[in-house]
Amino acid sequence: MIRLEGVTRRYRSVAGDRTALDAVDLHVARGEVFGVVGRSGAGKSTLIRAINRLETPDAGKVFVDGQEITALNPTELRAARRGIGMIFQHFNLLNAKTIEDNVAFPLRLEGRPETEVKARTAQLLAQLGLADHAKKHPAQLSGGQKQRVGIARALACGPSVLLCDEATSALDPETTEDILTLLDGLNRDLGLTIVLITHQMEVVRRVCDRVAVLKDGRIVEQGATADVFLHPQHAVTRAMLAEGEEAVDASVAPAGARMARLTFRGPSTYEPELSCVARTAGVDYSILSGRISRIRGEPYGQMTVAFTGGDAEAALAQLAARGVVVEAV
Amino acid sequence: MFANVDWADIGKATIDTLLMLGGSMVLTVILGVPLGVLLYLSGKGRLAANPVLNAVLSFVVNVLRSVPFIILLIVMLPVTVLLVGTSLGVAGAIPPLVVGAAPFYARLVETALREVDKGVVEATQAMGGSTFQIVTRALLPEAMPGIIAGATVTAIALVSYTAMAGVVGAGGLGDLAIRFGYQRFQTDVMAVTVVLLLILVQILQMIGDRLVAKVSHR
Ligand SMILES: Nc1ncnc2c1ncn2[C@@H]1O[C@H](COP(=O)(O)OP(=O)(O)OP(=O)(O)O)[C@@H](O)[C@H]1O
Ligand SMILES: [Mg+2]
Repeated sequence: MIRLEGVTRRYRSVAGDRTALDAVDLHVARGEVFGVVGRSGAGKSTLIRAINRLETPDAGKVFVDGQEITALNPTELRAARRGIGMIFQHFNLLNAKTIEDNVAFPLRLEGRPETEVKARTAQLLAQLGLADHAKKHPAQLSGGQKQRVGIARALACGPSVLLCDEATSALDPETTEDILTLLDGLNRDLGLTIVLITHQMEVVRRVCDRVAVLKDGRIVEQGATADVFLHPQHAVTRAMLAEGEEAVDASVAPAGARMARLTFRGPSTYEPELSCVARTAGVDYSILSGRISRIRGEPYGQMTVAFTGGDAEAALAQLAARGVVVEAV
Repeated sequence: MFANVDWADIGKATIDTLLMLGGSMVLTVILGVPLGVLLYLSGKGRLAANPVLNAVLSFVVNVLRSVPFIILLIVMLPVTVLLVGTSLGVAGAIPPLVVGAAPFYARLVETALREVDKGVVEATQAMGGSTFQIVTRALLPEAMPGIIAGATVTAIALVSYTAMAGVVGAGGLGDLAIRFGYQRFQTDVMAVTVVLLLILVQILQMIGDRLVAKVSHR
């Protein structure tokens, strides 16, 4: 659906050149929710803005829905952009227009007949629960409501792709959850392909099928969200995931214990695997840290365990045989 | 009280002042808004960034703004005669008033446009808006409070310019104030004209403020 080939973007300034994107290759499949994470200044915004050519790459090609965006003339580009919705961190609504007129705005820019504009706008406002606010101005709405207006506006022309530039970063956790549920629903119900960039790992955990990690304009790691988040390979990914989590303190483990990190995935997360194995192998275990949660709806459990007594190696082998991923700590 | 005041003269002078103000204000807006938009668009990092055009426009605007209005009135005389056939009366006053006010107003329009969040421009671009649509449907409506506030400031400046234009034979309240109030020491005429100008300024400010409040949705 979206393909980037060797996309490079440099910013020149008196202070020196800066490569915001360094030959980035990326593929986003149709109907997928794709996340891009990275530290501040990694090039996330530049990357997402290259997709609808708000930022023209210095080199490389961008394809959306089979069309080479980087090869279009200005008129063709404007037509292509109607098929690519975009929402923003600070919503970017027009303060002078009512909510209704904000949602109708892209349709009017396209020059659709007014009867059609009215009907489509009313339908979108109803769909997003904004019907009561139609005649208000953006200043009268909360952040979450403003982002809903932003989404309604982005959907107006019936895009096949939605780009989200830090769409939830200005919202509180509850409103973030609300917007993420909405995006998730749009992806499922309309088959909308979504690219979202964020520095909030929770957002990716919650909605992204796949994720890419960006550092200094390069993709250092990418894959299915569960794979990347449960078994991060790159130091940046590890560091970003470790933030807000408590590090495992090995010194609290019982003396002579065999430590291991166990990862359960899928329905087996809720099975009594650990206690079964412990009983048959005659080992004791203490859980030093752990988390049982979901990534994109898939349950997982990940914990650091200290085994004492009995045959710890045999226990670990049995766990591995049952599909638990065992890693030495 | 008011022994020297010829109310018919005052009435005619008031109408002349209003005509000068109205005529020059309309032309100032017609010229100043596009000029302000060009200054904005050609600026660094803007939609149609063009350093050469921007430098030229900026220079012309600065030159016109730095010439004292009274000098502009005199320098403009031949041009005015060429444009409207006379340098006298209401018609003769309008060209120098417009040349004096339009560059000033253009800068105020440019400033108002710069206050518009870049994100709005970006969002409109992302929706497939053309540069013309971005200007007419997003930038100008979003900047409207500033554009109207700028028009109010300009109109009030024009009131005092019309008084100065009286000196070179334009007529109006300023002309009365100088010819009778100042040169013939008729203080009562002076007082009446000044009060009328004051009322005019008050009314302009009030209308401006009301319009700004009406179009502000922050
Ligand atoms: N218009 C610009 N001019 C010069 N340098 C820029 C410009 N925009 C971005 N950069 C630089 O390019 C790099 C990538 O910027 P980008 O905005 O893509 O980062 P980001 O990952 O979105 O960061 P953040 O999380 O802070 O938004 C940064 O080093 C930034 O300083
Ligand atoms: Mg950014």
